[in-house]
Amino acid sequence: MSKFRMHILVCGGTGCMSSSSGEIFDVFEKELSANSLSNEVQVIKTGCFGFCEQGPIVKIYPDNVFYVQVKPADVSRIISEHVIKGRTVPDILYKNPESKETVAEHREIPFYHSQLRIALRNCGLINPEEIDDYISVSGYEALGKCLTEISREDVISAVKASGLRGRGGAGVSTGFKWEMAYKSQGDKKYVICNADEGDPGAFMDRSILEGDPHSVLEAMAICGYAIGADEGVIYIRAEYPLAVERLRIAIRQAEEYGLLGDDILGSGFSFHISLSLGAGAFVCGEETALMNSVQGMRGEPRMKPPFPAQAGLWHKPSNVNNVETWANIPPIILKGADWFKSIGTEKSPGTKVFALAGQINNVGLVEVPMGIKLRDIIYKVGGGVRGGKRFKAVQTGGPSGGCIPAELLDLAIDYDSLQSVGSMMGSGGMIVMDETDCMVNIAKYYLEFTVEESCGKCTPCRIGNRRLLEILEKITSGQGTEDDLTELKDLSAAIQDSSLCALGQTAPNPVVSTMKYFWDEYIAHVRDKKCTAGKCTSMLTYKVTDKCIGCTICAKNCPVNAISGSLKSLHSIDPAKCVKCGVCFNKCPKQAIERV
Amino acid sequence: MSKIKSLDELKKIREQSKGGTDIRVTGENPDRVVLAVGMATCGIAAGARVTMSTLLDEIDKAGLDNVSVVATGCLGFCYAEPLVEVRTPGREPIRYANVDAARAKEIIDKHVKQGILLDNAIIGKEVPRQ
Ligand SMILES: Cc1cc2nc3c(=O)[nH]c(=O)nc-3n(C[C@H](O)[C@H](O)[C@H](O)COP(=O)(O)O)c2cc1C
Ligand code: FES
Repeated sequence: MSKFRMHILVCGGTGCMSSSSGEIFDVFEKELSANSLSNEVQVIKTGCFGFCEQGPIVKIYPDNVFYVQVKPADVSRIISEHVIKGRTVPDILYKNPESKETVAEHREIPFYHSQLRIALRNCGLINPEEIDDYISVSGYEALGKCLTEISREDVISAVKASGLRGRGGAGVSTGFKWEMAYKSQGDKKYVICNADEGDPGAFMDRSILEGDPHSVLEAMAICGYAIGADEGVIYIRAEYPLAVERLRIAIRQAEEYGLLGDDILGSGFSFHISLSLGAGAFVCGEETALMNSVQGMRGEPRMKPPFPAQAGLWHKPSNVNNVETWANIPPIILKGADWFKSIGTEKSPGTKVFALAGQINNVGLVEVPMGIKLRDIIYKVGGGVRGGKRFKAVQTGGPSGGCIPAELLDLAIDYDSLQSVGSMMGSGGMIVMDETDCMVNIAKYYLEFTVEESCGKCTPCRIGNRRLLEILEKITSGQGTEDDLTELKDLSAAIQDSSLCALGQTAPNPVVSTMKYFWDEYIAHVRDKKCTAGKCTSMLTYKVTDKCIGCTICAKNCPVNAISGSLKSLHSIDPAKCVKCGVCFNKCPKQAIERV
Repeated sequence: MSKIKSLDELKKIREQSKGGTDIRVTGENPDRVVLAVGMATCGIAAGARVTMSTLLDEIDKAGLDNVSVVATGCLGFCYAEPLVEVRTPGREPIRYANVDAARAKEIIDKHVKQGILLDNAIIGKEVPRQ
């Protein structure tokens, strides 16, 4: 057989690798060779499929069959049944949680129905460590086309016309930024890839770099050509070892082919890319702090203007874009601005990758067209709220974003609509909360993060946010007053107005948005000293009701011996000793413990 | 690896390396034609491996990017193996009997490329796909 009749793709994303996909890959190679199938069937390690919840993932082409939660011990059955006899192995197929039916074909899994993959187009399709795989799907042709057929100005016009907006947070027009950097005078310019990805829960940038590193390299070279830069820097956190490794391999392979380096494709244009490893501070994702960090200085932001396009890295004109922004560039060049504009909404064309997390069934990475309804992401793609609980809110935009309540589930999401409801796109984190989540507590959680990550350079952020956090701690511990709520509002406004960088300016957003949509909960905390969700433990009291049969289970399990009572008689809890851990509540066989 | 010196050279490499990924790209195409080869014990004993490799080679030679070849289990006509079922979206599947290398070539040339059925080789009644 002159070529492989079957390809077995094993997910090599961080999620699946941390289960046992590395071992699964090895067992496949071993057993295929033991069955003399190595010449017929090829095993390939790919990037993330996005369905990490169901990992490790194994996908088989050309049948397009998708196996989930595969264990190394399943490999021999896949080979004897599927590879040799052409029968699927039913128990490791995806099972539709509603209909309980197994689904073999990838595209028939509801999780993938509403998805449209542009930035993630090659993740889970190609081998990221093999440049020929990337070239086979038209890789580096956008760069080749730019260098040989399109003028620098026309490249910029095309990106501008596509309407692509930065996927790293603020959503600025990418073409506009390129144009600014192009017009800036300088003997030296830089192209920077922001791969810091500090939002808790977001991992789209990591997945793109792990699954399709060449698309980012190609896009950076295109930008270098357009703005007149010959050097690129990828700023990536050292906590992403697999992404770093795959980038290193990709850069080396691209250099060997002469697709990076001097005189690319004989055009006279030269472009070199290096990596700069960060230590993983959230603020270093802010572009001016990032550039300071690359220069070996403290990762602190500075005032803008001057913008990076005017005075960036080493004071030279620079253009910073986010990983996902970069991944959109080659398809825009190859397929044209009109194609891109036909997807998404008028002001936010294209797609966005979201990282679904929290109380949702399908935790994972999804790419959907802009303008999709929140409801569709959460219920259709995400499979709904975990454990059949009631949806309460979704937090978007990470620590700078806000919480969106159930009333707004029909919001069609894009940059502007999210902002209009007091949240933001951010990097695309999406954390779903259900009825057992306390919104005051959520606001506190995000503030703990920003207080921890504040660089301390400006006072409003360093001290203001700490004061905000203290007030929230007071409220969640049952000590809050109505004056505290006024204070929260005033202080938030002051911090938003006066902080130096967007970290401080946006840190109060989770507080402001939860106060806007869940005011009742704040009032219940300060006025009635009640946490309706039952999360703020210091406001809870546990009582034994007369359903008690005196079985003594609660007393035996109480870690602080706060429960007394003899066999077959009513027990009672000593409120002075009780630490409100809830063990008795969960252990009681008769639901005789009441939590109020 | 030697350096690529022009866009044309890059495109040439793309064509060469396509063979490395095209069964994946085709596999994603919802309108593809699937050729299922019976690869149970009976099929293999009757020479289904040769059938399969011929189909793959012919598809490759013809540069068809909407045809996948998959192995399938016993189709229940053991006397007529090797069997090939042609599944075209939206149409009843067609089964061919005794598909040796020559007939495999004919299936690609006539049925797949031109839509002409090989009447003398069709087996059984057309059975709807489950
Ligand atoms: C506190 C803070 C953290 C940020 N973190 C990131 C990040 O992790 N990744 C990123 O691409 N942009 C981050 N940004 C946005 C960058 O400053 C910048 O706007 C972005 O990299 C520009 O690229 P884009 O136009 O492609 O979005 C952050 C901004 C702030 C204020
Ligand atoms: S890491 Fe395997 S599906 Fe995400």
